[in-house]
Amino acid sequence: MTHPACCEAAPPGLSGDQQAALDDVIEKYRNRPGALISALHEAQEAVGYLPREVQVRVAEGLGVPPSEVFGVVTFYALFSTKPKGRFKISLCKGTACYVRGAPRVLERLERELGIEAGDTTGDGLFSLDVVRCLGACGLGPVITVNEDVHARLKPNRVRSLLEAYRRAGHEDRRGRG
Amino acid sequence: MSNISLTIDRQRVEVERGTTLLQAAEKLGIHIPTLCYLKDINEVGACRVCVVEVKGARVLQAACVTPAAEGMEVSTNSPRVLKARRHTLELILSDHPMECLTCIRNQNCELQSVAEAVGLREVRYQGKTTSYGEDTSTPSIVRNPAKCVLCRRCISVCQKVQGVSAIQAQERGFDTVVAPAFHLPLGEVACVLCGQCSLVCPTGAIHEVNQVDEVWAALADPARHVVVQTAPATRVSVGEEFGLPPGSIVTGKMVAALRRLGFDRVFDTDFTADLTIMEEGHELIRRVKEGGPLPLFTSCSPGWIKFIEHFYPGLLPHLSTCKSPQQMFGALAKTYYAEKAGIDPASIYVVSIMPCTAKKFEAARPEMSSSGYRDVDAVLTTRELGRMLREAGIDFNVLPEEDYDAPLGISTGAAAIFGATGGVMEAALRTAYEVITGRPLADINITPVRGLDGIKEASVPLNGLTLKAAVSHGLGNARKLMDLAVEGKADYHFIEIMCCPGGCIGGGGQPIPTDIGIRRRRLEAIYGVDERMALRKSHENPAVTALYQEFLGEPLGHRSHELLHTHYIARESVPRKEGAGK
Repeated sequence: MTHPACCEAAPPGLSGDQQAALDDVIEKYRNRPGALISALHEAQEAVGYLPREVQVRVAEGLGVPPSEVFGVVTFYALFSTKPKGRFKISLCKGTACYVRGAPRVLERLERELGIEAGDTTGDGLFSLDVVRCLGACGLGPVITVNEDVHARLKPNRVRSLLEAYRRAGHEDRRGRG
Repeated sequence: MSNISLTIDRQRVEVERGTTLLQAAEKLGIHIPTLCYLKDINEVGACRVCVVEVKGARVLQAACVTPAAEGMEVSTNSPRVLKARRHTLELILSDHPMECLTCIRNQNCELQSVAEAVGLREVRYQGKTTSYGEDTSTPSIVRNPAKCVLCRRCISVCQKVQGVSAIQAQERGFDTVVAPAFHLPLGEVACVLCGQCSLVCPTGAIHEVNQVDEVWAALADPARHVVVQTAPATRVSVGEEFGLPPGSIVTGKMVAALRRLGFDRVFDTDFTADLTIMEEGHELIRRVKEGGPLPLFTSCSPGWIKFIEHFYPGLLPHLSTCKSPQQMFGALAKTYYAEKAGIDPASIYVVSIMPCTAKKFEAARPEMSSSGYRDVDAVLTTRELGRMLREAGIDFNVLPEEDYDAPLGISTGAAAIFGATGGVMEAALRTAYEVITGRPLADINITPVRGLDGIKEASVPLNGLTLKAAVSHGLGNARKLMDLAVEGKADYHFIEIMCCPGGCIGGGGQPIPTDIGIRRRRLEAIYGVDERMALRKSHENPAVTALYQEFLGEPLGHRSHELLHTHYIARESVPRKEGAGK
């Protein structure tokens, strides 16, 4: 694995709303280097993820060197340098889910989506992450899609499950016109 | 301060409260091996090489961070300790490239020394190795993460001493790597290339760009006239490369050694250090008379120049426009000297011997070629000179003492002290006082600007004006003065800034190790060089006087402006968007 977090294509610029929300976060924590984690957390809420330009703005606003901001962002799993999909899939690979077949579910998800864990599909619809223990060990293997929990998932159910979300996503888009 | 009594390896020892077990053991003559530990700079207990057994403690303790406590019973060499140290080292070496014989740090590597100290004879683990590649993006420093043991000394020195933070630990677990933000190459971020990281790296993970072979090639080329200049600080440090004690003054031996390598002329950067005083001194006088911008900042230290370009671009008008002595030398070697010696400047190849890695970057700056030729063709650090002499089989210690060639080898004591923090200021004040007042200075040793305090001040009465000066070394200290300047509170006429702690004697290209004790001894030596000189004021250098008469005209004159002065660039700290680098 080389340069894991920097190789994605240049992200689209931030929207006006995102800029405004980011400005608020930075104003709130201006010149408070000790508040780096809180600021990054709120910046990620505002923008959805932490592209380089957001990290640089946080660095300048709080007075923290960019190298340190990037160190924190790449250390904590809760920070993402890649945009998340409309549907955020989290697959549990905790011990219980693992022994109940999570690796095979993951393999199928990656194949159906054409991406690896940690990535987002080209159409922005799905992102896939591996997480540790969702606290539903009795229901393993478990995945969550946004707030929905899907229990005792078998690899052969993956395609239809994704299809359902894909349809919902498309209707959503049409609905918004 | 209350004392604590404890036993280490069954010997009783009394220490002050707050003493670590490492220091307490040292007091008893027990040397506990360390790897990540760097006194006062990196005391993090990360590498676990210094573990000891403390009676009653569940696990082994890292001696470098464990404070001694009353009644403690410590064992530094129990079977459990020795086994743990070897095991730790085996794990550290499990992903280390075992290429010691061809490594730039062969025989001067702390990892090698520790492996020897703990008696390691085999490495039972062969693990995954890192896939982070070598970073050769700068003309000064190479980063090779494959050889990194993640001790974090480089991070600490960059952050705490230099206030630069160009590198940090990125990612997590096995993917952890010491790298700039966004995994950018060093050449694209605000790294000042001072090389302090290369001084403290225990392995070959960070080192200078090795230009020894380029210089060998130039020396072997009969069509080239190869001249060399030696920086002030190298004459009190290169002896360490040959086992001489720190602080040995080896000026004459170094000259002899360079002649034996085949250089056509052996000249001295001290000559252009004296010249710098003439140019910069007149620049100061002009700015005082014409109303600024003041304070004037010195411009000899290329790491400092890159620092202000990145971090305080708004203050660039305060920077002296004088090129550094290295670059002034190069420009004059290819004009004044070429003319005088009747040599085609195109055939002249200028090599510098510098205590500095940033000098390699400075020499490569595109604007450093105002004579029509690149001022300086190759820069060797003190370490590279040591390597080159060893390659040549020259026994440095038995060499006779020889003198520099004229005229670019003639200098004064004022130039020698450029190698010490405060030296440029002292040299400038010696000259400014006498030139402005017309009276000799009663005592030319200006001690308030000497020594290792982070920020030093002095004021000198000059015909009605009290000239106020400040001096700092280590960029963390420079930052304090710059923040004052930004607020308009830097109430000085003249500020000397040296990038590296101690000034150039502590430069990033100096022999390894360079620590505070060694810096002190080199400082004493450089003032010793000054005291032994017949001439100790730059304006008394006869070769500089001749240079003005024969070639330059006057300080700040047309030719000086063209050859000896330069300009600066505001640089960003990091490219803001992906794909924006390069």
